[in-house]
Amino acid sequence: MISFEAVNKKFADGTTAVRELDMEIPEGQLTVLVGSSGCGKTTTLRMINRMIDATSGQVRVDGRDVRDVNASTLRRNIGYVIQQSGLFPHRTVADNIATVPRLLGWDRKRVRDRVVELLDTVGLARDLGGKYPHQLSGGQQQRVGVARALAADPPVLLMDEPFGAVDPVVRTLLQDELLRLQDELHKTIVFVTHDIDEAVKLGDRIAIFKTGGHLVQFSTPAELLAHPADDFVADFLGSERGLKLLSLTSLADVPVEPVTTVTVSTPVAEARRAGDGWVLLVTDDHRPRGWLHVDHLPADGVLADAEPIVAAGLTASASLLTALDATVSSPVGLAVRVDDDGRVVGVSSHQRINERAARFRAQVLVP
Amino acid sequence: MRWSWIPDHAGELAMTTLEHTAIAAVAVLCGLLLALPLGVLAVRFPLLKGAVLGISGVLFTIPSLALFILLLPLTGLSYETAVLGLTVYTLVVLVRNTVEGLASVPPHVREAARAMGYGGTRTLLTVELPLALPVIMAGVRVATVMTISLVSVAGFIGHGALGQLFIDGFQRDFAVPVIAGVVLTLLLALVADLALVGVQHALTPWTRRGR
Repeated sequence: MISFEAVNKKFADGTTAVRELDMEIPEGQLTVLVGSSGCGKTTTLRMINRMIDATSGQVRVDGRDVRDVNASTLRRNIGYVIQQSGLFPHRTVADNIATVPRLLGWDRKRVRDRVVELLDTVGLARDLGGKYPHQLSGGQQQRVGVARALAADPPVLLMDEPFGAVDPVVRTLLQDELLRLQDELHKTIVFVTHDIDEAVKLGDRIAIFKTGGHLVQFSTPAELLAHPADDFVADFLGSERGLKLLSLTSLADVPVEPVTTVTVSTPVAEARRAGDGWVLLVTDDHRPRGWLHVDHLPADGVLADAEPIVAAGLTASASLLTALDATVSSPVGLAVRVDDDGRVVGVSSHQRINERAARFRAQVLVP
Repeated sequence: MRWSWIPDHAGELAMTTLEHTAIAAVAVLCGLLLALPLGVLAVRFPLLKGAVLGISGVLFTIPSLALFILLLPLTGLSYETAVLGLTVYTLVVLVRNTVEGLASVPPHVREAARAMGYGGTRTLLTVELPLALPVIMAGVRVATVMTISLVSVAGFIGHGALGQLFIDGFQRDFAVPVIAGVVLTLLLALVADLALVGVQHALTPWTRRGR
């Protein structure tokens, strides 16, 4: 557990980066520090591993005042990931990952085994170990950065806008992988971002900072979206708070209803008899392709030649927000449900999803 | 032209070339040994930076002959005078390139080293200096070529190596030794530069692999 007690940070130029900060960061959870630039979130993060020392107050990691620990020793036990990955350009990927284990004096074999294990953990091919950072894509470099931070298996991981410099598609992928990793590793992660959507997606808890170093609200994403502490927080959360709230709950409790499906190898003539309106086109192994109207089928042949309105399948873990988006994009107002292997199991209607959303809203909105 | 002078003195020419190489190499090496700590100090303490760069620059502007004469009272007509004088001249390039090389290390890399638990010395030796190497090596190449050509000037205090050939040829009004000296100096500079390119290539494997 990391705690801040009456922590202040004033820089030499007179600016106050952090003001009277009291905060307890829970163990084994992902806490996001969010706010616009100059709000003190990065300073707060960097006071944990003493990259910056507090002007007054106490920062404790596992009950110990960080100032009682040698800075280098402290840092070797706290993983750190920064925006441009901060990899050493003159060392191979494997040597980069091995940085802290070598500092800690691990023997060669143990280091080598750990590097291979970590390449697997962060989803990188083992043969990338011999490459230099500049030979990798931005997303791959960021994965190496995470692997390097995890190398000595530190209980605490600090991440300073780690996905800020990669494109949106890769960012989503890296976020999903971080959540997957955290599911396995249960580290105490402190994550800095200025992107509220990223905060809502990743955080078990979110701390919102205001310019001048004030912590304005520190709570779960649902609590934050449902009950913003003041206008500043409400503004920061943006105009679609209601929808963002729906990203926090899943389809799991929404009933699955049956749907008429036709496979791509079905002859057109047979398909016409299958229903009298929209039918769901699936592949031969029952994966969703999209919606077809029986009146707009090709003259003959099989349905593989038809052009459906594409529909993606949603698993039970998909968020209500994604599900609502799917119903809005579907000509029949239905979200296609699939099992964990991606096979169609049925549909959920706009109406049922809305009912679930209403129940969820009622739960979190009641103070 | 009596070109046969060259084969007649082949052994002597080879020895002189070696001597020339040795003087230049020792001077550049001494220069590097001085420039690295000076450069590091200049980067660590910005107040010193102006002084260090300024002094090495001013030393460079002293005419080379005058510098050797100034050194005479200290070290006499010796090999040390030649090496010392040449070392002073290498400093201007070597200090500047060390400073620039260290300054070119990306700040986030330095920060990452600190965050991993590297101390200052370890960061300097294993991260900053290796990353500054390409710029420092560029300075070493310039300093080496410059020193090889400057060694001749030390001929006036009797330690000019190939430069002695110029004096010899001039005094005897005989062009062949002069030509031989010029060609050998040029060849030596060329070979030394190529060798340094090879050294840099070997020391910086990360700079030469494409995606």
